[in-house]
Amino acid sequence: MINSLIIDEKDNVAVAIESITKGSEVSYKLKDEIKTISAIDDIQIYHKIAIKNVEKGKPVVKYGQHIGIAATDVKIGEHVHVHNVESHRENLEEE
Amino acid sequence: MNFLGYKRPDGRVGVRNKIFILPASLCASDTTRIIASQIEGAMTFNNQLGCAQVPGDQQLTMDVMAGMAANPNVYGTIVVSLGCENCQMDLVVKAIKERTNKPIEQFIIQENGGTITTIERAVRTGRKMAQDASMVQREEFPISELIIGTNCGGSDPTSGLASNPLIGELSDLLVANGATSILSETTEFIGAEHILASRAKTPEIKEKIYDIVHRYEKALQLVGEEVREGNPAPGNKAGGITTLEEKSLGCIHKAGHTEITAVYDYGKQISEKGLVIMDTPGHDGSSVAGMVAGGAQIVVFSTGRGNPIGNPISPVIKITANKITYANMIDNMDLDASPIIYGLQTMEEVTDILLKEVIDVANGKLTKSECLGYSETAIARLCNFV
Repeated sequence: MINSLIIDEKDNVAVAIESITKGSEVSYKLKDEIKTISAIDDIQIYHKIAIKNVEKGKPVVKYGQHIGIAATDVKIGEHVHVHNVESHRENLEEE
Repeated sequence: MNFLGYKRPDGRVGVRNKIFILPASLCASDTTRIIASQIEGAMTFNNQLGCAQVPGDQQLTMDVMAGMAANPNVYGTIVVSLGCENCQMDLVVKAIKERTNKPIEQFIIQENGGTITTIERAVRTGRKMAQDASMVQREEFPISELIIGTNCGGSDPTSGLASNPLIGELSDLLVANGATSILSETTEFIGAEHILASRAKTPEIKEKIYDIVHRYEKALQLVGEEVREGNPAPGNKAGGITTLEEKSLGCIHKAGHTEITAVYDYGKQISEKGLVIMDTPGHDGSSVAGMVAGGAQIVVFSTGRGNPIGNPISPVIKITANKITYANMIDNMDLDASPIIYGLQTMEEVTDILLKEVIDVANGKLTKSECLGYSETAIARLCNFV
């Protein structure tokens, strides 16, 4: 059963639409295909979960856009939030 | 697509028919509260400003006061001032008359023998105004007469997933029907301003979008502060929003997909059709007040955590896509957008429900915050008092 959503194909995080407990399955749809990973943290409803490994210093991507940079190495299935993401002011003019 | 509204002598069309008891400063606010309590259909608010402000700051206050009085939801206005404040009665009345020719009356407390006689005289005048207002009948008008403000408050990830995209769909429909939709909350463009800028109708509008974002960030830096220190708020973070960029990318979905036809400074009168931006704070009470001052007859407001605020002049329609919040805050929420997230209803189906709700509210249906008599209002500020 689907319990999370990804917004854009480029995203490396999904949004949990139900609360997910550590060790249980995270299922989301990507291009009509259901993908399943395992949660390595408890994920509160509507919080983010990594669907790809994200190296420290690399962008966290949601809505197909950068929402911050990974403050630590983030593993697939990990809760992604203020403890492992830093806000980063980018110069977004004239891209 | 039509609605039933009130035609005003300045040509604009309202969806409510209120008497506005306007306090020109903090020192008149308790007096206006007592006056408004005595007159059917009268509204007021706590004005914390109006005095001891530098000119640029005072201008923001003046624009909101004049714009609220000129909003077509108002039949007529009674301005009450103390007498010695910076927002002098003649300045306030002049600013209102520059925007509208609707009925206006004025009482200066220090020239009317204090608060009790001012209350007596203003209530008597207000009673007459309320009777005159009651004679105005609703007539049919096209929805192109509507200016709809959009706002998000107490956001969580469901705002960016469903309720803000839903408001965006509504915005596109309104624009296609010749109406005006306002995107607000400049602090929540930060990190997403390039997306908005790419939708500007002209190079000048594009430049203005970058300008209002940078101006806002610089204004906070002048006093040694950073916008990220208070935004996202604790509730945003508890809900699952991690960074300001994430909040912004969710926020701008309210703007739908159409081109941006104008950028307005805070509280200024909106005249362009289509999707426009107003430079407002992320603080919801002052953002809503700025858009209402700009002429918005209705505000469509998404929330994740369950924001309850209303406005004294314009109805505020509350939408949440968080199923837990909708159940928990049912007394404050007008529309449940969570079925979009769970695939129970399509975006198109819920957009139709929202459009019908907007038309119903335009026709007179009370929103939950109106039923509760909510009138929270704040006015944006440049700096500290002097």
